[in-house]
Amino acid sequence: MSKLDAKIPEGPLAEKWSKYKATMKLVSPNNRKKLDIIVVGTGIAGAPAAASLAEMGYNVKVFCFQDSARRAHSVAAQGGINASRNNKNDGDSVYRLFYDMIKGGDYRAREANVYRAAEVSSDIIDQLTAQGVPFAREYGGTLANRTFGGVQVSRTNYAQGQTGQQVLLGGYSALKRQIALGKAQMFSRQQMLDVVIVDGKARGIITRNLITGEMERHAAHAVVLATGGYGTIYYLSTLAVQSNGSAAMQAFKKGAFFGNPSFIQIHPTCIPVLNEYQSKLTLMSESLRNDGRIWVPKAEGDKRRPNEIQDEERDYFLERRYPAFGNLVPRDVASRAAKERCDNGYGVGKTGLAVYLDFRDAVKKQGVKVIKGKYGNLFAMYEKITGENPYETPMMIYPAGHYTMGGLWVDYNLMTTIPGLFAIGEANFSEHGANRLGASALMQGAGDGYFIAPYTVSNYLADEITNKVPSTDSPEFVEAENNVKATLDKFLSIKGTQTASSFHKRLGHIMWTYAGMQRNEDGLKKALVEIADLKKEFWSDLIIPGTASEINQELEKATRVADFIDLATLIVTDALNRKESCGAHFREESRSESGEAMRIDDKYSFVAAWEYQGEDKEPKLHKEDLKFENVEVKVRSYK
Amino acid sequence: MKIKLNIWKQANAKAKGKFEKYELDGVDAEMSFIEMLDYLNEKLIKEGKEPVAFEHDCHEAICGCCSLYINGHPHGPGSETATCQVHMRSFKDGATITVEPWRAKSFPVLKDLMVDRNAFDKIMTAGGFVSIDAGQAPDANANLVGKIDADKAFEAAACIGCGACVAACKNSSATLFVAAKVSQLALLPQGKVEAKRRALNMVAKMDELGFGSCTNTGACEAECPKGIGIDFIAKLNREYLCASFSEAE
Ligand SMILES: Cc1cc2nc3c(=O)[nH]c(=O)nc-3n(C[C@H](O)[C@H](O)[C@H](O)COP(=O)(O)OP(=O)(O)OC[C@H]3O[C@@H](n4cnc5c(N)ncnc54)[C@H](O)[C@@H]3O)c2cc1C
Ligand code: SF4
Ligand code: FES
Repeated sequence: MSKLDAKIPEGPLAEKWSKYKATMKLVSPNNRKKLDIIVVGTGIAGAPAAASLAEMGYNVKVFCFQDSARRAHSVAAQGGINASRNNKNDGDSVYRLFYDMIKGGDYRAREANVYRAAEVSSDIIDQLTAQGVPFAREYGGTLANRTFGGVQVSRTNYAQGQTGQQVLLGGYSALKRQIALGKAQMFSRQQMLDVVIVDGKARGIITRNLITGEMERHAAHAVVLATGGYGTIYYLSTLAVQSNGSAAMQAFKKGAFFGNPSFIQIHPTCIPVLNEYQSKLTLMSESLRNDGRIWVPKAEGDKRRPNEIQDEERDYFLERRYPAFGNLVPRDVASRAAKERCDNGYGVGKTGLAVYLDFRDAVKKQGVKVIKGKYGNLFAMYEKITGENPYETPMMIYPAGHYTMGGLWVDYNLMTTIPGLFAIGEANFSEHGANRLGASALMQGAGDGYFIAPYTVSNYLADEITNKVPSTDSPEFVEAENNVKATLDKFLSIKGTQTASSFHKRLGHIMWTYAGMQRNEDGLKKALVEIADLKKEFWSDLIIPGTASEINQELEKATRVADFIDLATLIVTDALNRKESCGAHFREESRSESGEAMRIDDKYSFVAAWEYQGEDKEPKLHKEDLKFENVEVKVRSYK
Repeated sequence: MKIKLNIWKQANAKAKGKFEKYELDGVDAEMSFIEMLDYLNEKLIKEGKEPVAFEHDCHEAICGCCSLYINGHPHGPGSETATCQVHMRSFKDGATITVEPWRAKSFPVLKDLMVDRNAFDKIMTAGGFVSIDAGQAPDANANLVGKIDADKAFEAAACIGCGACVAACKNSSATLFVAAKVSQLALLPQGKVEAKRRALNMVAKMDELGFGSCTNTGACEAECPKGIGIDFIAKLNREYLCASFSEAE
């Protein structure tokens, strides 16, 4: 097994980024206008990257599949965005944010990258504020902050429960400005279907115009993927229904390594499944656990209404199991504990797959008004979906797929193993190790986009100044387009009986059962067989109405599901290989005597980077060993 | 539940559309409206028929994709509700439900219930931003923003760009959408510098793109899923007038 080079600069942790920046290669302003960059994705990573690169003077082409850049799923982030500004004078610092992320990620992230993410976090808030993002303010006019799970300082900036929307619209407005100035060109309603590699470097993409169905070829000196996470692998998740893993899979199949694919965060507080046709689960922000108490009845199968169940008949299982952190244990721990109760027959609601999140005591103590001030919009959203009033009846919640720590493997430059192909935001395997802490994804995505990629992409482009962008008529482009076309034709020619969504739903079920919150060797092996069977069925019995030369939403779905099926195999392969429990990845075989997750540092302190070996062949594992020189590696305990 | 649906079908932007009738049995009251349409589409596809094209993504009333005109109301029944938050329990068993796309000259129908809202993006390109490059920003606490202004700016910034205001307006005016952005930025010190230019350019672009003028009927406010109020239109008018005067000087 080969070792991977993450290209981490030499020097002390706190100086790596500034020293590296000072020695990077530069492209003079005059030369920048000769260089073209493609950015795929307009979320909190892509929009800022595109805008910032255009501001520098590069020619940027930006793509998204929605009708507008403003609709990228970052828009749905609720709770907040972290920054180590020490606004509250509570001892926060870049190091502390770095430390919290390393520990929260269960010691499976790369120190240098995490430190850099913490280092630029404060600049992000300045940048967004300057763009007119209305962050919450104190009466005196300074920034307001709140606390999130897993940390002991108040470093989260927010805009009510719509932080993602506000920060995304900041990036979107910066992008709009560059479009107005003619430096960036927007291609919305375009689905990327392949990366084009010329002479070993990423030189363009193939897209399908989702209105006309026409194929397009776009060439550039570098390609940046900011295509988001693949939590929709479970079908039901907190992601938007169109979120997908296709771009990452296209890159993977073209040679980019895939990092830690099995690290997927399951968020504990989501509205449970209400009916069998459900296509999406709604997150209820982590901040609710500050005041809500989680419980199930002590008696198995107790079907009484929650308010009829007295305190002594309730099992506040997080407070019972984790007295030190109580309801504020990290997400992975809270999710597993809820599942454990439900699996043993203590779950509530129609399906028995739910636990209560109860605000009775908080309302009693603080009054309805205060609770409304804190969570009003979340309570209203809950009531709209379920028809129940959480001020009076406890919420019902259950864990759901939420965030993918895994993604395309990138080095310190955020470049994949394909030269010229960068991956930023949730699309890369990122700085969150095996478990992400709340409010750090927006921070990482925005940091990548505003302050890191502009430098590292420039550094790459410095050697490309004399290279011309290849013609889109070159054989590599023609071949890539032909392959894509052949795949679309194949989908349409199957003319079977089952819809793309029905396959997605079944795939989601397999993944949730065997590769969800808890995993074991037998289950994962079963999953591999079931996915392979499903794949056969998909390619022989899929039905898609219509043609490829018109708006065809079923065809779009099919392309995503085909990639999800292969990605599922990759996830399971990775989960099988990692025989330890760490963060969100819980292997039943690896737990302590008290049943808690147990890491095996001497064997698994590495990033698993998988290399594609061909259709249906087992991918090859490469290891990037993780070294911890600035933190002491400890057991994560919340007892 | 059993329902009858009356849905606008149109093959593409150039084709002539018409209503198509569907009967749907086995609808669960807990389904969202979108899930009901998914259920209909699954059925249609299996019967070898054309599914209904419509847009949705986040299902949380935040992305602004969903855009259905249900029984004569943009986003259907319920106040401050986006299409994706409408549930079948809001309808009676046996009900007939009419579903149309947004109707506005500046939002041409692309297919069935999908419309082209690119015009909104163009209005934003005309001035919906603050001119600041990455790396130039001063400290976020250098310009204090009073809580009241910050909260008011947030209220305006909550717009999801769905276009319901346009669909609700008999003049197909985009004034509420423009007012929301102009007000948000004019309320904040960061946005004030360019406030005049912004108001003039965004309004000019809106007119150029064929949106109608505002006659203050308040229909937009009543249908806006985010409760954006027409007091922002008053603010836009002030900003616009003030900008026009100083332009004339
Ligand atoms: C409900 C929810 C709440 C959250 N709350 C928080 C929070 O409070 N704080 C926090 O820090 N994080 C939060 N997160 C996580 C965070 O929002 C995401 O990790 C982050 O926004 C991802 O941003 P991104 O730019 O990487 O991707 P996205 O915003 O998902 O953008 C992906 C982009 O790629 C485009 N794209 C994808 N594939 C293709 C293709 N094939 N062709 C063309 N375009 C393509 C899409 O059109 C889109 O523009 C939350 C996540 C969810 C789901
Ligand atoms: S103002 Fe309201 S109705 Fe109009 S686009 Fe914004 S959110 Fe939609
Ligand atoms: S689907 Fe996003 S707002 Fe309705």
